Amino acid sequence: MYQTTYHRASSVDEAVSLFGKSSEAKFLAGGQTLLPVMKQRLASPSDVIDLGKIKELQGVELSGDTLTIKAATTYYDIMTNADVKKAIPAIAYLTSVLGDPAVRYRGTIGGSIANNDPAADFPAALLALGATVKTNKRSIAAEDFFQGLFSTALEDGEIITAVSFPVPAKAGYEKMRHPASRFALTGVFVAQTKSGEVRVAATGASQSGVMRVPAIEAALKANWSPSAIDSVSISASGLLADIHGTAEYRANLVKVMAQRAVAAAS
Amino acid sequence: MGVEGIGARVVRKEDKRFITGKGRYVDDIKLTGMTHAYFIRSSHAHAKVKGIDSSAALKMPGVVAVLTGKQLVDDKVGNLICGWAITSKDGSPMKMGAWPAMAPETVRFVGQAVAVVIAESKNLARDAAEAVVVDYEELPAVADIQAAIKSGAPQLHPEAPGNQVYDWVLGDEGAVSSAFSKAANVVKLDVTNNRLAPNAMEPRAAIADYDAAEEHFTLYTTSQNPHVARLVLSAFYNIAPEHKLRVIAPDVGGGFGSKIFIYPEEMVALWASKKVGRPVKWTGDRTEAFLTDAHGRDHVTHAEMAFDANNKITGLRVKTYANFGAYMSLFSSSVPTYLYATLLSGQYNIPAIHAEVIGVYTNTTPVDAYRGAGRPEASYLIERLMETAARQLKVDPAQLRRTNFITQFPHQTPVIMAYDTGDFNASLDAAMKAIDYAGFPARKAHAKSQGKLRGIGVSCYIEACGIAPSKAVGSLGAGVGLWESAEVRVNPVGTIEILTGSHSHGQGHETTFCQLVAERLGVPISQVSIVHGDTDKVQFGMGTYGSRSAAVGLTAILKAMEKMESKAKKIAAHALEASEADIVIENGEFKVTGTDKAIALPMVALAAYTAHNLPEGMEPGLKESAFYDPTNFTFPAGAYICELEVDPGTGKTSFVNFVAADDFGRLINPMIVEGQVHGGLVQGIGQALLEHAIYDANGQPVTASFMDYAMPRADDVPSFNLSHTTTLCPGNPLGIKGCGEAGAIGASAAVINAITDAIDKNNLEMPATPDRVWRTIHAA
Ligand SMILES: Cc1cc2nc3c(=O)[nH]c(=O)nc-3n(C[C@H](O)[C@H](O)[C@H](O)COP(=O)(O)OP(=O)(O)OC[C@H]3O[C@@H](n4cnc5c(N)ncnc54)[C@H](O)[C@@H]3O)c2cc1C
Repeated sequence: MYQTTYHRASSVDEAVSLFGKSSEAKFLAGGQTLLPVMKQRLASPSDVIDLGKIKELQGVELSGDTLTIKAATTYYDIMTNADVKKAIPAIAYLTSVLGDPAVRYRGTIGGSIANNDPAADFPAALLALGATVKTNKRSIAAEDFFQGLFSTALEDGEIITAVSFPVPAKAGYEKMRHPASRFALTGVFVAQTKSGEVRVAATGASQSGVMRVPAIEAALKANWSPSAIDSVSISASGLLADIHGTAEYRANLVKVMAQRAVAAAS
Repeated sequence: MGVEGIGARVVRKEDKRFITGKGRYVDDIKLTGMTHAYFIRSSHAHAKVKGIDSSAALKMPGVVAVLTGKQLVDDKVGNLICGWAITSKDGSPMKMGAWPAMAPETVRFVGQAVAVVIAESKNLARDAAEAVVVDYEELPAVADIQAAIKSGAPQLHPEAPGNQVYDWVLGDEGAVSSAFSKAANVVKLDVTNNRLAPNAMEPRAAIADYDAAEEHFTLYTTSQNPHVARLVLSAFYNIAPEHKLRVIAPDVGGGFGSKIFIYPEEMVALWASKKVGRPVKWTGDRTEAFLTDAHGRDHVTHAEMAFDANNKITGLRVKTYANFGAYMSLFSSSVPTYLYATLLSGQYNIPAIHAEVIGVYTNTTPVDAYRGAGRPEASYLIERLMETAARQLKVDPAQLRRTNFITQFPHQTPVIMAYDTGDFNASLDAAMKAIDYAGFPARKAHAKSQGKLRGIGVSCYIEACGIAPSKAVGSLGAGVGLWESAEVRVNPVGTIEILTGSHSHGQGHETTFCQLVAERLGVPISQVSIVHGDTDKVQFGMGTYGSRSAAVGLTAILKAMEKMESKAKKIAAHALEASEADIVIENGEFKVTGTDKAIALPMVALAAYTAHNLPEGMEPGLKESAFYDPTNFTFPAGAYICELEVDPGTGKTSFVNFVAADDFGRLINPMIVEGQVHGGLVQGIGQALLEHAIYDANGQPVTASFMDYAMPRADDVPSFNLSHTTTLCPGNPLGIKGCGEAGAIGASAAVINAITDAIDKNNLEMPATPDRVWRTIHAA
């Protein structure tokens, strides 16, 4: 790791002001992405501003039909939260299959979506549920927030404060784990909103990051059942391919994971 | 058996320090004035080093020196050696390219060091390393065997035309040809044995400390065999004569073979310590481990097996290409030859075998012994062939094995090995019973009704351990003898120190070796300590690998114990005024049999050291040593059966059951044996399902981190069902065969046989990733 200066912010305002004062600062949440990258010397922030201890970035709120998860809430806290389990059990399940215990104890929803790894789990949930990303400056629809591999609508120094999810009628998530990293080799989040809209998002599959899957959405809109997806064909073109999965395999997984997510949806 | 004697499930003495964070590993050691090394490594698979400019780095804070491969050669530090000479079928010696510890002219794999920065801290050394400019001229590279043997392929070493190290043969080609010409059936199979990265939990590390006044070096290093390291460093690398070099291998966090070898980093640390006049520490990180720890396996094989009309095997023909990587590592040459082809008879009566092994250089990390070393490759091949044969001949795979089992011992195979004892039917019976083999068809049908493909796979392995009779290995080209030494020191107060040439890096020697003493003397193991891993404390010994520490190392301790006991009995008889022949040792006392006269061990020890009243002419003291050279290999064997389900939608495998029935001869501590089997099975399953060290066509490693290289985790493997069927090894007095590698040798074939059974397609390469299995299921 290169030399860096560590700051622990006690409020979002303080974090913003610290960011403004340093030349090349980075926010730190769970550190599960940022720290390994720094250790490999692939990032060299002059300052690291820890958001992890900021009270206003912690916790979950359920109010009416909106579930709000604050940005620095860890996966473990999300997974074990009673409101999450009640309102959107698919999110509790998603966090339970995310990474390994060490990652779940440290990693945060805010860090996950800010990083927008093409194989991360949460982006699929946000996109399928039509969530809104709240920052210190504005609200951004999930659709507009994710902008391709590792890229988001966040501006320099902008802090995600929370994510709010409309509580769906039904939602489910299923993922094929990457054998080495446990990221999503491909994961599919399916949701049926209270107004009857069907939204399906796949992660780990596309070369351009998390994506909606219109063909499956249409099939499920007509008939919300796993077998409705049988006849859907997913093209392998534009899908990721690596040593753990060919593009054809991922195309298959988009279908199979969608079917299983529908079967598991509640 | 006493409560802590042979066969007792004694809790490991060493675990208290390991699980409370009090282990003392090389990286925990800090010497006064210590500097830190950071290696500059090639990012090219093959390139000429045209120049190294370290002027900017030398001006950076905390930099003590930047040393290059050219300086190393100028200082006449020797090239790395390969300690086992193999002769090709045309009578020529194997063709070795020179391997300097840092490349002066040419780099041949990604990760090969070209220079080293010595600085006040590791971080400063790394900062400066980034300022060293290496001018490379890239050369075409070749990473896989097929590509390397093609004509016109990029050439690695001028000494080895065609990238060929050797073309070696074993067995009677004529006898095999005649068996095939008369065969009723012939079964053919092509298999790849995937390359693995060993990944010991503790990365390699070294601290070198040169004392200019004494002209003496101390090396702390992560070694499985510190004496061998000292010998090689002295005899071949011109570091220092043996009496001026002390090698200490303190707690070592796993080796699996990868820490047998003497690596460039230790050599450079020693040389640099003298150059800069201060201790030099190097601790590898995980990336360096992936790039530079010797890899394992990497074979491509075509095999054919001939059967008569009664399904008896009549001949076996094997042609294997073994990838050695860019250089010949210390014992690499022996792995695909004498540790592989000699086991090709498996558990079967095969009258004629012929094997040809072609060793190949590629622009990849060197390959050497990794848990099992040659034997997993042999066992995998034979057990995949047996399964393929059963499918082709339409007979039950267990029955086909029984038809061909060796049942008479000793048995001379056509490939050197003489199996001393075993009962292959007994272990297969035990495994079949444990898994309810007979009930499998019903379970398979039920799984099918649930949309799952269920399969069962058998693997009957045999291996050669207790490595090895020195005369035998010497005649086959080994540069060393493979005996072991031990010393027993009874202190004047009656506590006991055992000094052993074996080295524990996870095996639990501090417990099992004490159990032998407890067994023989009836003293608690708390009164015994095991000393190992320091060439200044322990007499020359050969170290730990090849499942040899119990069969060879413990036998050496037994021999020393016998000498010590004989002297102690004389002292006791003298003190008790009895005849030596009447003295028995029980519960820590020397008793006159049939009487109540006794003298406790501490009193015997005290008598030995006060020497006030010893038998006439006896030397004072109570300390004996022994060297033990085994008379034969030992032959652990067993039957593994795996039952699993494949999800046809994803190709993912889930274990239903995995049973292992092993014959390890006598067990010293069954709990430790189970741990060894568990670990071995997980490595075998890892090879079958997950692990693969991959290079792209240009020799760039694709799997140099745990985010890409899939190590097995606890939830990837089943809860194992273990049992033992025991035939005692006649070759050593304790009847021990060894258990350290069996799991890794036998498991992968059981898994692949089960998956191919489930999906009803015979050909499937390892690792059987979900993607690969899914594509195989859906292939036309
Ligand atoms: C072994 C391993 C396995 C993993 N497996 C999975 C998996 O299965 N699925 C998965 O989805 N992920 C996985 N991850 C990634 C993990 O989820 C990370 O935690 C996540 O990507 C980043 O979250 P973090 O809280 O650790 O963020 P950090 O690493 O601290 O930060 C990541 C980035 O986000 C920025 N950031 C953090 N918080 C905020 C904020 N509030 N506002 C603005 N920017 C912010 C940081 O500046 C940094 O650039 C894995 C990671 C590891 C190491």
